[in-house]
Amino acid sequence: MRMPERTLVQAVRDALYEEMERDEHVCVLGQDVGLKGGVFKATEGLQQRFGVDRVMDMPLAESSIAAVAQGLALEGFIPVAEMQFADYSYPAFNQIVNEIAKVRYRSNGDFSCPLVIRAPTGGGVRGALYHSQSPEAFYCHVPGLKVVLPSTPADAKGLLKAAIRDRDPVIFLEPKKLYRAERQDVPPGDAALLPLGSAAIVREGKDLTAVTYGYMRAVTVQAAARLSPDGIEVEVIDLRTLRPWDIETCVRSIQKTGRVAVVYEANRTGGFGAEVAAELAERCFASLDAPVSRIASPDVPAMPFSAALEHAFMLNPDKVAAGLRQVARY
Amino acid sequence: MLEAYRTVLQARALDDRRFVLNRAGKLAFIISPRGHEVAQVAAIAALQPGRDRFCLYYRNFAAALACGFTPEELMLAAFARAADPSSGGRQTPGNFGSRRRGVVIGSSTVGPQIPKAAGIGLALKWKGEGALCYVSFGEGATSQGDFHEGLNFAGIHRCPVIFFCENNHWAISVPQALQVAGPGVAERAAGYGMPGVRVRGDDFFAVRAAVAEAAQRARSGGGPTLIEAEVLRLQSHSTDDDQRAYRDPAELAAEALKDPIPRMREALISRGWLSPQADQAIRDDVNREVEKATEAAEAAPEPEPNSLGRHVYADA
Repeated sequence: MRMPERTLVQAVRDALYEEMERDEHVCVLGQDVGLKGGVFKATEGLQQRFGVDRVMDMPLAESSIAAVAQGLALEGFIPVAEMQFADYSYPAFNQIVNEIAKVRYRSNGDFSCPLVIRAPTGGGVRGALYHSQSPEAFYCHVPGLKVVLPSTPADAKGLLKAAIRDRDPVIFLEPKKLYRAERQDVPPGDAALLPLGSAAIVREGKDLTAVTYGYMRAVTVQAAARLSPDGIEVEVIDLRTLRPWDIETCVRSIQKTGRVAVVYEANRTGGFGAEVAAELAERCFASLDAPVSRIASPDVPAMPFSAALEHAFMLNPDKVAAGLRQVARY
Repeated sequence: MLEAYRTVLQARALDDRRFVLNRAGKLAFIISPRGHEVAQVAAIAALQPGRDRFCLYYRNFAAALACGFTPEELMLAAFARAADPSSGGRQTPGNFGSRRRGVVIGSSTVGPQIPKAAGIGLALKWKGEGALCYVSFGEGATSQGDFHEGLNFAGIHRCPVIFFCENNHWAISVPQALQVAGPGVAERAAGYGMPGVRVRGDDFFAVRAAVAEAAQRARSGGGPTLIEAEVLRLQSHSTDDDQRAYRDPAELAAEALKDPIPRMREALISRGWLSPQADQAIRDDVNREVEKATEAAEAAPEPEPNSLGRHVYADA
């Protein structure tokens, strides 16, 4: 059977649709998710199919989006809340970090709060300072949360379905630059399911490991291709889930290559890639022939609107290839 | 009725004991309900513990008793013992939670329970079983954005929620004049399309009637209500605070004479529902209970250090 070709945003929508069909407790809430079907169309047609309660347009107030989702989860519903942009999740930060993430722990296991908070993340779409941020490190720092950041349509569908079925709260970040970047055959129904916490080796290589995620996966694969003619074969690992992240797959790769660079779109300092670098340095010290390297965005407050400045901010295959080459030649 | 009075006395006696234990270095931190007890117990008396949901805040010690927590359980929390039913000694003692009693586990930040209660209210509306969600908070919490967001959402969707503000006029050291613009909290209800009621918090019958009316409205699909109960904070904010440092001594002395518990006792005696002898018998009984609860809790084991990492996720 021919599998349907879907974009990443269509795959997100398919996952929501299928999970809502599967379990009547699954519901969707957020700004513009109903009538409009989401500003990126991730919830298109859901309200027509499932009604105004199960697909609820919320007031423009992120803290209450998270709080109402939590209230529904505490009562046995399975809410999938949408933050219109990850940059706008900060008004909900207290609800997510102090309330949702800690419900299970602070009640000594008496209560739990399984829900998903989806948010488009990252830059490269002229979104400027407040529609381009990559805030995953904030949420990865919080025990009690799981954090997923897929980079392909099939991964997005499989991981979102798994996130909705997970018994813990999941922050699900979707790289908006990839929403319509490619089409891919995506398995129908439960054949798409992917476990959280499992990385994918997306390019094999023997000389250098590049650990990455999100939009940087595609950039890193392109960069790796540029090193190939010089006899440098880069192994590219897409983490896909950031908390918990698949340390073992990375360690095995580094034991083979002896070199590692972590490529991430967020600001360099305190980014999630810094955690990956630290962990891998600790685990792989004896295997390493070069310092663990980070290839990340500059430490400026956020991505500017100007095309010239956006270009200057963003990592691209040239910049990543240059960084990888340094690690390879060390 | 006498059951409610007994709960009020339990709260006061337990709290007095907790302060003694704190000063003796045995309890790390306490937040007192002193002055709020009558209002809290009256509010819960109008509701149905076991059926309704309760999002309590850190001063709701008496409300927790009214929801079914036992003196020993609350002492276990005060001593941060493993058997503390709310959190196994993980949270400070004012964060009450018990799934089977419908008491939704709280946290120590101010106000997040308000929009959460709106979400619980939405779920209860969907379930259509006539249950409601009661959420309480101080007037300081009404300054938070979450207060606005919670009432706005509950107002839009006519969620079965009772927003119960215990206004003691002081948020630690900040007085109401620097906290709340306008005449008070109750008036704000109008902006959310719900009734707002102000009630004397030392009048058991008035509070119970106001909450009963709000409950009737919530259960019959009439939506949420905001109630402002005016109470006195007869104790400092917490054991780490001393309100004598920032409050007028004359005002404190005058407030001490307005303790709501004697007022409740007089109301019961004047109605012929309580005799001075029966009152003494209840007090003696409560004191014995406090004694027993304290001994049992103090002797109970602390959490195992190796339990530190439990319940972070479902599988751990």
